[in-house]
Amino acid sequence: MNYEQLIHETALADERLLVMTAENRALIRNLPGPLGPRFIDTGITEQTMIGAAAGLALRGRVPVVHALATFLTLRAFEFIRTDVGIPHLPVKISAFVPGFLSDGNGPTHQAIEDVSLMRGIPGMTVFAPADEQDMLVMLPAIWASPDPAYLRVNTRPATYEHAPYEMGKAEIVAEGTDVTILTYGMLFEQTLIARDLLTEAGYSVGLVNLRSLKPLDEAAVLKVVKGGSLVVTVEDHFQTGGLYSILAELLLANELTAKVLPLALKERWYKPGLLSEVLEYEGFTGQHIARRIGERLGDGEHTFGAKTKVVENVFAE
Amino acid sequence: MLRCALHDNDFMTSEKQDELKALALRVREHIVRLSTDGGCFTGASLSCADLLVYLYADFLNVHPGNLTDPERDYLFLSKGHDVPALYGTFAELGFMPKERLANHLKSNDSIYWHPNRSVPGVEFHSGSLGHLPSVALGVALDARMRGQNQKVIVITGDGELNEGTCWEALLVASAHKVNNLTIVVDRNHFQANIATEDLIPLEPLAPKFEAFGAVVKRIDGHDFAALEAAFTALPFSQDKPSVIICDTVRGRGLPSIERRADRWFCNFSSDEVIELLKELHSQEATILTSETLTVR
Repeated sequence: MNYEQLIHETALADERLLVMTAENRALIRNLPGPLGPRFIDTGITEQTMIGAAAGLALRGRVPVVHALATFLTLRAFEFIRTDVGIPHLPVKISAFVPGFLSDGNGPTHQAIEDVSLMRGIPGMTVFAPADEQDMLVMLPAIWASPDPAYLRVNTRPATYEHAPYEMGKAEIVAEGTDVTILTYGMLFEQTLIARDLLTEAGYSVGLVNLRSLKPLDEAAVLKVVKGGSLVVTVEDHFQTGGLYSILAELLLANELTAKVLPLALKERWYKPGLLSEVLEYEGFTGQHIARRIGERLGDGEHTFGAKTKVVENVFAE
Repeated sequence: MLRCALHDNDFMTSEKQDELKALALRVREHIVRLSTDGGCFTGASLSCADLLVYLYADFLNVHPGNLTDPERDYLFLSKGHDVPALYGTFAELGFMPKERLANHLKSNDSIYWHPNRSVPGVEFHSGSLGHLPSVALGVALDARMRGQNQKVIVITGDGELNEGTCWEALLVASAHKVNNLTIVVDRNHFQANIATEDLIPLEPLAPKFEAFGAVVKRIDGHDFAALEAAFTALPFSQDKPSVIICDTVRGRGLPSIERRADRWFCNFSSDEVIELLKELHSQEATILTSETLTVR
């Protein structure tokens, strides 16, 4: 089962589901035939596509819309906020190549403020699967929900057997007493490697795959904070407005404090290149994440020298 | 409630035109009354009062009894500034009680400067310009998908046509041969506070729409017979969207504010409102109905 097969199967069973695209068919190439008029390609028109999706949702449809994450969240932002957010319509935004997944495209294509923008819309839900398997287990709940949803599409193959999905619940991979890594999306893969390296060095390392940033599994995050270990937020997003900000808001609302190491993009766009080059340069390979956490822990002994081999992103246009 | 025979083939009778004029006059009274205590977009609303009256009283299959019927006709007011004309029309036709207009800009209600769906009959909120052509496109696509035959009409302002998404939506509608979508332009020749042709000229407007794949008719937007002739001919093509350009006068009905750039938004004193109501009735004295002149 892949994304396309899941949406095909779901659409056959539920006539409310519509597939829309602003001429980005990478994930849905084979659907025009089977879905007939329920496949709507508006051409390169992100704003109009979102508006039309709102009109379709007004009539009881559940449009699943496809385009590049950056153009949906930035170019069409006001249309999402105004046409989808204000009337709270169940438009499902499937955002392609978010975060580091736009690898070689350059800053125009880097959706690294998308979580910040989308979570700022009242009622909008925000999902960031760790890989394709994680995405497939969460999509049925997302599509069945009456809420508007933003999905950071991630079709990278799973390196971890994910637990079943429950809306609003994080996946607790491991609990640890020295450090706990909170993450979402494609960097989950690298944090697993980092966790192994840190564990080999003798640390007790927790790891939480948040799965959704909104709703946030506040109970899981608060448990980590109250556990007293170093909390590390790992995200392919600007530090402002993403997980680090979400954690800060949660801590303040609960009158708590914590030792936090944010690993995020600070005040600049990332260096474009092959995904392996991006992660290496920006310091987000498993090795780099482990090293950066080790430094924070004051580890002078371990070098975390095992270089991470990163499987390249398959960029389907 | 005034509801004339739909789609009769006869040219609109003078009696029917008089009825619509009388209704439009009452709608204009509401607009004038809303132009105080905080004010409203008076000039912009007056230009499309006749259009809205014609559509709701005579043309569209939408009325207080079928507002949730999926086969009703849809009207989207993309040019949200005109909402006083919509409120007035809705109040006169029983969509909402006239007393509700007294709640304008009060926190105990949701009657304010732009349309929102808490007002029965408002299909979608507006205010930010250039949005509803694409929302209407989505509704038209769904209606067609379900084999329903209703009209989906979106009213835009002429200044609003500066927004690129109006044209983008038309491109998509043309590509998908959406013949149940009609874009109506309230061509009052002003965008906010400046004449359109002095800032971002639109003419020649009809050929622009035609070049984007629509079939266009251009009419006098204050002439009920012309409105009927155009709207009853919809769709103009079996495989293209339709466009009706209604040439209108901003401030229509009140010569003292007609065509004035500075009368887009007005906030008159009570005394000014009384004078304007007198002016309004002196223009249309022959068709005055039993409605009394009162100022809230």
